[in-house]
Amino acid sequence: MRVEPYEKVWMALSAVMLLGFLGAISVSVFVHGISLPGATPRLDPRTVPQEPHFASPGIYQTAPGEYEVYLVSMLWSFVPNEIRVPAGARVTFYAISQDVTHGLAIHGTNLNLMLIPGLVGTGTAKFDKPGEYLFICHEYCGLAHQTMAGKVIVEAKP
Amino acid sequence: MFAGDDRLVRWHLFIAFVALAIGGLFGPLQALNRMGISLYPVLGITYYQGLTLHGVLVALVWTTFFICGFLVFVTVRSLDQPLTQRAAAWIAFWLMLVGVGAAGYAILTNQATVLYTFYPPLRAHPAFYIGLTLVVVGTWILSAVLFMTYRRWRGQNPAKATPFMAFAALVTFILWDIATIGVAAEMLFQLIPWSLGWIGGIDALLARTLFWYFGHPLVYFWLLPAYLSWYAMLPKQAGGRLFSDPMARLAFLLLLVFSVPVGFHHQFADPGIGHGWKGLHTILTFSVAFPSLLTAFNVIASLEIGGRARGGTGLFGWILRLPWGEPSFAAQALAILLFAFGGVGGFINASYNLNLIVHNTAWVPGHLHLTVGSAVTLTFAGIAYWLIPLLTGRQLWHRGLALAQVYLWFFGMALFSFGMHWAGVLGQPRRTDMATAVYRLAEWEVPDIFTGVGGVILFLSLILLIVEVALTAFFARRAPVAEMPLARRCLARLRFGSGSWERLFLSVSYFQE
Repeated sequence: MRVEPYEKVWMALSAVMLLGFLGAISVSVFVHGISLPGATPRLDPRTVPQEPHFASPGIYQTAPGEYEVYLVSMLWSFVPNEIRVPAGARVTFYAISQDVTHGLAIHGTNLNLMLIPGLVGTGTAKFDKPGEYLFICHEYCGLAHQTMAGKVIVEAKP
Repeated sequence: MFAGDDRLVRWHLFIAFVALAIGGLFGPLQALNRMGISLYPVLGITYYQGLTLHGVLVALVWTTFFICGFLVFVTVRSLDQPLTQRAAAWIAFWLMLVGVGAAGYAILTNQATVLYTFYPPLRAHPAFYIGLTLVVVGTWILSAVLFMTYRRWRGQNPAKATPFMAFAALVTFILWDIATIGVAAEMLFQLIPWSLGWIGGIDALLARTLFWYFGHPLVYFWLLPAYLSWYAMLPKQAGGRLFSDPMARLAFLLLLVFSVPVGFHHQFADPGIGHGWKGLHTILTFSVAFPSLLTAFNVIASLEIGGRARGGTGLFGWILRLPWGEPSFAAQALAILLFAFGGVGGFINASYNLNLIVHNTAWVPGHLHLTVGSAVTLTFAGIAYWLIPLLTGRQLWHRGLALAQVYLWFFGMALFSFGMHWAGVLGQPRRTDMATAVYRLAEWEVPDIFTGVGGVILFLSLILLIVEVALTAFFARRAPVAEMPLARRCLARLRFGSGSWERLFLSVSYFQE
């Protein structure tokens, strides 16, 4: 089959471009460690909210500058909806939904998660600059979806 | 010879344009809502009910009915063979229409405000799920009729290569039949029994996965008929020829193969799916971009042949000589231009962790309005401008009006999608009643103006489109039946080598022994 020379060049350039994109993604994953949510166990959506950490959601310090936040989403709020940490905190979120599918996006970070019943969503964000970081539910979850929000308050170190 | 089939095609197009007109009504309301102007209370419905109507009627009903009608048209014309089981095709049409009616009843009575992706555990009235399932069943019957029609043609023409348009139409329906297995499984084993109360719970992650097994190839089901027109008709309208027929077929085959396993790129932010699967679907999504890049080359090369034949010279001078004053050509050429930007955005969506920046933000509807809302819808408008006169034996009602429609759509969409992409990068969520949201960031204000103004311009364009189509179909002056634009190929005879790969490619891509 005859393929025009220009078309051959175009195909080669296309392939190089696609491989270049994949290479850039690989660098961001393996060198910079920017990851996606991965495999997690499938749990019973009815009992997950009763597990100890999710029964008393909130913020737990695990080491100097290291925090874990257990976050429960529901129609139409987050518990807790105000999270205070000092500047420089590295916060790992464990988030669930206790009813329909919700979402969690924290403004100004790479944290973007679906909160699907029966699955614990996990993600980490580092808060270096003091200020308020809005977080919202970004998956349509019913009539008052647009009221479902909270904030991370990052306080300057004394 | 085709009078009976044309009647079927006319009915499909009629339903398609009714769906576009009603679904499109809500478009400007959503765009203005992002600017903080909510007109929904005037209508007495919620933002989300309006959004569900918009999504279902425009993304599902308009596209599916137009495509079914258009593919019937090109198949019977290119095979020069009427449908073999026309009665079955009518049954398919009525099933689809009853299905739309059932789903429409549930949406209009506010019992199915679940948006067009209907993710459980949000629950809709069973009529919504059953209705959409009937639409899918109807398309299966129609695709079977087209396959049977092709079979008879093949029986009568054992030695001929399959004409390109029939080939493209059949590949499109094969792709659709494979894709709809996913949504059919979700409907039959999950949503319908659950909405009827026969089963107690539902696996939300599995439902999402089945939906997107269907949902991404769905995008190619919308797109391939537009590609068909760009390959087989647009070069003729530009005064040129199709640059490469075998490469066009190769693109269709690659799209068929690679479009199936890409759904996880809609679920990058879902927990419960491993990194390996997400990485694999990233690579496969990049692979499916390759045939679209082939299409870009082939179609633009075909247009260049036209531009030069019309006297264009220089590296880019031929572009100016293309028939920009012809509504059908301009619609499709501008659709291709908008689609180029949609394609660039698509790479970002598919790029694994880069998706975290845009997932579920306004960026995503900004993107899909460049693809289904422009590449597909504007191309279909361009097709309608020659197809409806051909089907009704009337003239296009007003060329200037059609031209205004095309350019307004282009500029409106440019503004709208720019605003949506921009707001999305700044974190504004999609599918959210922003006018009453408890959070509205100052940095979203300027992009929202682009979105709102663009949405209003698009609405004006939609009104012109509906007026033009309606007046052409029912009131325009009778005229001798127009011809279908049909591009000839560049290479009079293909020279194939004798390698076994080449023989395999030849037999598969021409459906020929």
